[in-house]
Amino acid sequence: MRKIVALGIVVVGVGSVALADNVNRLTVAGSSTVQPLAEVAAQAYEKKHPDVRIDVQGGGSAVGISSVRSGLSDIGIVSRPLHAVNEADLTATPIARDGLAIIVHASNPLKNITRQQVVDIYTGAITNWKQLGWLDKRIVVVNKEEGRATRELFEKYFHLKGKFVKSAVIIGPNGQAIITVAGNPQAVAYVSIGSAAVAEQEGTKIHRVFLDGIEASVAHVKDGTYGLSRTLNMVTRSRPSGLAKSYLDFILGPEGQKLVLEQEFVPLSTDLKTKKIQK
Amino acid sequence: MRVCRQKFTEALMTGVFYAAAFSILIVFAWIVGDIVRHGFDQINWEYLTTAPERAGRAGGIAPILVGTLLLMLVSLAASVPIGVASAVYLSVYAPPQDRFAHGVRRSLDVLSGVPSIVFGLFGYLVFCQALHMGWSILSGGLTLACMILPMLIRATEEGLRSVPGSYRTGSAALGISTGSALWRLILPAAMPGIRVGLILGIGRAMAETAAVMFTAGGSIRMPDGLMDPVRSLAYHIYILAIEIPGGQRRAYAASLVLVLLLLMITLASNVMMQRFVRKRIFVH
Amino acid sequence: MILSRLFHSLLRSDRWMSRVLRLAAAVTGGVSIVIFIFLLKESMPLLWRVGPEAFLQNTPWAPTSGTYGFLPMIVGTFWAMLGSVLIATPLGISAAIFTTYYAPRWLASIVRTVLWLLAGIPSVVYGFWGLVTLVPMINRVHAPGVSLLAGIAILTIMILPTIALMAESALETVPPSYVQAGRALGAGTWGIVRSVAIPAARSGLLAGVVLEMGRAIGETMAVIMVMGNTVQFPTSWFDSARTLTANIALEMAYATGDHQRALFVTGLALLGVIVLLIYGADRIEQSGVKEKTG
Repeated sequence: MRKIVALGIVVVGVGSVALADNVNRLTVAGSSTVQPLAEVAAQAYEKKHPDVRIDVQGGGSAVGISSVRSGLSDIGIVSRPLHAVNEADLTATPIARDGLAIIVHASNPLKNITRQQVVDIYTGAITNWKQLGWLDKRIVVVNKEEGRATRELFEKYFHLKGKFVKSAVIIGPNGQAIITVAGNPQAVAYVSIGSAAVAEQEGTKIHRVFLDGIEASVAHVKDGTYGLSRTLNMVTRSRPSGLAKSYLDFILGPEGQKLVLEQEFVPLSTDLKTKKIQK
Repeated sequence: MRVCRQKFTEALMTGVFYAAAFSILIVFAWIVGDIVRHGFDQINWEYLTTAPERAGRAGGIAPILVGTLLLMLVSLAASVPIGVASAVYLSVYAPPQDRFAHGVRRSLDVLSGVPSIVFGLFGYLVFCQALHMGWSILSGGLTLACMILPMLIRATEEGLRSVPGSYRTGSAALGISTGSALWRLILPAAMPGIRVGLILGIGRAMAETAAVMFTAGGSIRMPDGLMDPVRSLAYHIYILAIEIPGGQRRAYAASLVLVLLLLMITLASNVMMQRFVRKRIFVH
Repeated sequence: MILSRLFHSLLRSDRWMSRVLRLAAAVTGGVSIVIFIFLLKESMPLLWRVGPEAFLQNTPWAPTSGTYGFLPMIVGTFWAMLGSVLIATPLGISAAIFTTYYAPRWLASIVRTVLWLLAGIPSVVYGFWGLVTLVPMINRVHAPGVSLLAGIAILTIMILPTIALMAESALETVPPSYVQAGRALGAGTWGIVRSVAIPAARSGLLAGVVLEMGRAIGETMAVIMVMGNTVQFPTSWFDSARTLTANIALEMAYATGDHQRALFVTGLALLGVIVLLIYGADRIEQSGVKEKTG
């Protein structure tokens, strides 16, 4: 019995050393918004290249940046542009575009929200739904944690830095915002349009709200009429090469962009643009 | 009069205690009932043997089950030999009132109370970064090994304690070295206690999320080797519940699987504990 | 097979065995020390610069801007722990008393099994259930649902089995002669429990409570999911709050530099508190043992 166990351990050990072939491995880490897309793209890519192994990891855009820097990952997923000041050493390859939607509970009749109303809700100037034409109930504001790319974009677009209402419920990934709103008719949150659209498809009890009269949809992000949008980037230490480039090319190709559409993001045009600093 | 009052208090308190017990039963039925109700129809052979699709909203959990199993194996392989060896030293070889042994015991007590998030930090710093293991089964398994060590050592000590002293004295009389006596006689006799420790350790490791999150990674791919990242079942439930829009349905299914696995493990340990170990050996 | 020969010659040499095993014990004993050292090493640069007072002052928690007041999180952790311990302790001890003194054997074993099963359910599952079932229920009473109350409820369910099972063990150590003496004096079951069993098992019960407190303080995943994670001093049970553990888990992913060091300081603080609790539990238990055998 003992000999079998010992043999088993040796086999596993040797096996892992033998199979730990670094040439055909790729580790992708970062934005939880893009994680589902990166995962299905990785699975599709592996089907075409069976000798390759791609591991996708979440954690947030900041993990994307730090893991690429520390070498823990080969590609970082970042759902915002790179910071010109302290992220200039990295290379960003845009793979899709995404918008941010304000979401409320399915039972909330709010159809449209103005920029000023968003600012008022998130700074605490408006605190009750009756001020927006609904029931006399307290608005439950859902905000993202500080380091999240989604929050950064939201802050910038609405000029809210430092002015967020303190009592907001804090969540991490989009999914948590969605499930919080779905479980709370008084809640309001901002999430990626992609995540919201997929959730709605799955029957989650939320709906997106028009912002300043424009529908928060993939089509409107695509034609530019919906302004609250961002580029989704895959970040590498230097110009992508080898396996990383191959994976990125795949995502930017017709198959990959079809997957982008399926995840309710906005596909880019099909030529590969790599810039040093993404504006 | 006093007897009446006493009878009343007795009846009241009996009611109180019955109520306490029943409220616990109700809570249990509620929670487990919810999980079973929502997860039951999703579990079938296919679910357990195929890969996740659509980021986990569909498909199965096969790579996750394999990953979780490998994490357990690594953590046991890392902790059992050194844990049993330490326990043997503390119970058998250390002189009584030995300061070194006392220090080791205190240190193990501290280890048993470290919160899991701190293990996560530690594992990430030491295994993933300093030792360059990255997000991998190895990093996760070693971190988990640190977590289950105190439980294992305590259980082994209990197991050793239950072995009759005559085994040792008899072997000594026959001229057998302590080491040989241990290996051939005493440890095998202490196996029940060791087994209990193993099971408790596995139980704790499988339920762990915070430590695994930061060390083993979150990849849903089938691992090929120990340096690959994996997602443990507990972490998968967390991700489905919180990160994946529309993932809650699958979260129920995964919860049911995990709860069933752990139920089997805790029942087994309960049975074993009642049979062989009389004293308390667990901390939590 | 050379390894096997080596191993067996090792077994035969008591001197070498002793040395090797001592080494093993030193390694396992060293793990917690290594953890402590790592935490210290990471937090020291920051602690040295701003001093521990910076963390306890009433400044906001904004590590990216240089203020590190984590009092709101301490308060969050404290209330979550206190609330859950206050509810779980009487409930758990009652359950233990029930299975030991009141229940018919079949019922006692059912309750005991249920407690074991509850102890085995992982914290993420509790957190998930709390998020989808408990939180919306609390929300119907008072928004936002994710709250200190939800955290306390879930923590109570989680630590209940711990205290119940430990209390059961403690009650089992009460010498039967004490109980028989009580009956001989005409006491009813509650009378015996009140005046004989609980005092006799006191140290074991207390030790259980202290360990329970440690578990409540150290819990991470479930509280992230149900407490709302707002950095504020909770003023009501329905307020969203953040615990120290949740803080580390949430911010660790993106913290860099001083922010990351601040999180390690938090980890150090947690470790310190729990170590104190463990020593407390140990001393209480030891005094109980002395009482019975001395």
